[in-house]
Amino acid sequence: MAFLEVQNFRKRFGDNEVLKGISFSLEKGEVLAIIGSSGGGKTTLLRCLNFLETPDEGTLSVGGRLLFDAAEKRTYTDAQIREKRLHFGLVFQQFNLFPQYTVYKNVALAQTLLAKRELREKKADLRAVCKAAPKEDRKRLKAEQKGIVADLRDGMQRRIADRTEGLLARVGLAEKRDAYPFELSGGQQQRVAIARALALEPDILCFDEPTSALDPELTGEVLKVIKGLKSSESTMIVVTHEMGFARSVADRVLFIADGVIEEEGTPEEVFDSPKSEKTRAFLQKSLEDVFA
Amino acid sequence: MEQFWQISLDLLRGFGVTCQIFAATLVFALPLGLVLAFGSMSRFKPLKYVVKVFVWIIRGTPLMLQILVIYYGPALLFGWGFLERVVAVIVAFVINYACYFSEIYRGGIESISKGQYEAGQVLGMTRTQIFFRVVLLQVIKRIVPPMSNEVITLVKDTSLARIIVVEEILKIAYDYTIKGLIWPLFYTAVYYLIFVGILTLLFGFIEKKLNYFKV
Repeated sequence: MAFLEVQNFRKRFGDNEVLKGISFSLEKGEVLAIIGSSGGGKTTLLRCLNFLETPDEGTLSVGGRLLFDAAEKRTYTDAQIREKRLHFGLVFQQFNLFPQYTVYKNVALAQTLLAKRELREKKADLRAVCKAAPKEDRKRLKAEQKGIVADLRDGMQRRIADRTEGLLARVGLAEKRDAYPFELSGGQQQRVAIARALALEPDILCFDEPTSALDPELTGEVLKVIKGLKSSESTMIVVTHEMGFARSVADRVLFIADGVIEEEGTPEEVFDSPKSEKTRAFLQKSLEDVFA
Repeated sequence: MEQFWQISLDLLRGFGVTCQIFAATLVFALPLGLVLAFGSMSRFKPLKYVVKVFVWIIRGTPLMLQILVIYYGPALLFGWGFLERVVAVIVAFVINYACYFSEIYRGGIESISKGQYEAGQVLGMTRTQIFFRVVLLQVIKRIVPPMSNEVITLVKDTSLARIIVVEEILKIAYDYTIKGLIWPLFYTAVYYLIFVGILTLLFGFIEKKLNYFKV
């Protein structure tokens, strides 16, 4: 079984069926580029993977574990969905950084919130231990536990700081850590968004047209960062209109049109010898756009 | 001259009542407005429509009428006792202003892009975390200007309290005119102007404080 398995995703908005049975799989460490014209269902597919939309039909599994089954979707609680979601990260077309926080806080916030919850749970455990202990021991236990919690908190804070600094260095924005989003260029904002999406170490990082909202001269820096993330450990799905980028970075390419996978294969197969007429027409059109 | 100081003090006493209505209205109407805002955005349709109709009624009728209804209503309809006058005024003001505030909150909350919520969601945040950690400050920044308008209006609306003979500043000044002394009525403007001036500075300060980011 592949690392990511998507089986027969279907999604309908009113009368409009956007996904008409999408199935594909992806191995760990692979980069998948999804191409296709606007309105074809690419973005909806990514949103389904990130649980921002719920497919009407289909199943999804990651690392051999069934994460989503449309037949059981009503039984999922909010907390379960939050936990499932963490397998995926998403970089939005419009960045969606939190404007009131610095670059650093944008990247650190989700980690901090998770750490706080962990700490709360740990404290509850410790309190239970304390309650179960005989009365004369309680005072001593309480004092000991205070130390444990303090150490734990310090450790968490250090880990979060290290990780955040590391991520900012990785996207080349270490010196911007105290800037606010509005002080950054679009390209820089998108790089912060990438660092933020990586902060919780998702199994699969998704990009929804990460350069479409950028001025042409800024797309390069973002694409370079995404390329730099490629490694045997990181699995990525990139919805993109940048054919050159798809070709150079992707291990596999999906061409989606009208809610179905029209063509799939290695970049060479899809770009150089497309089998489907629709793919040929689409590639022709995007070439014309480049040289127009 | 002695008369001037004596009247100044008298008006100041009335202005104390004005401030009392003003402060109590804000303390209760600001949170109540948020509750109503959530009600009017609820996914539970019956609640949503009940709140919307309520807001329509309150915004669609004069505050003066509402004060009269709150004060006389319980006694006339059910034969209950009268509320203390100033309490009745405050109840009417809280209800009225909560409805206006709720619409301001709603506008503010709905103006935040869906992307902000989604960014929080994909980072595993809970609804509550998204509201308090991501959305709220952006909402506050957006609603400061309309809020300052509404709060300044509230200062002057307090003069409606005299319809049920609450001794606020304008009522006291008006009583002087009945005795043939007209200038205290115009003199009240000084009190209002000073108070509104302070509020304007305060809101300017808040706006400036929130200028460190852009939404």
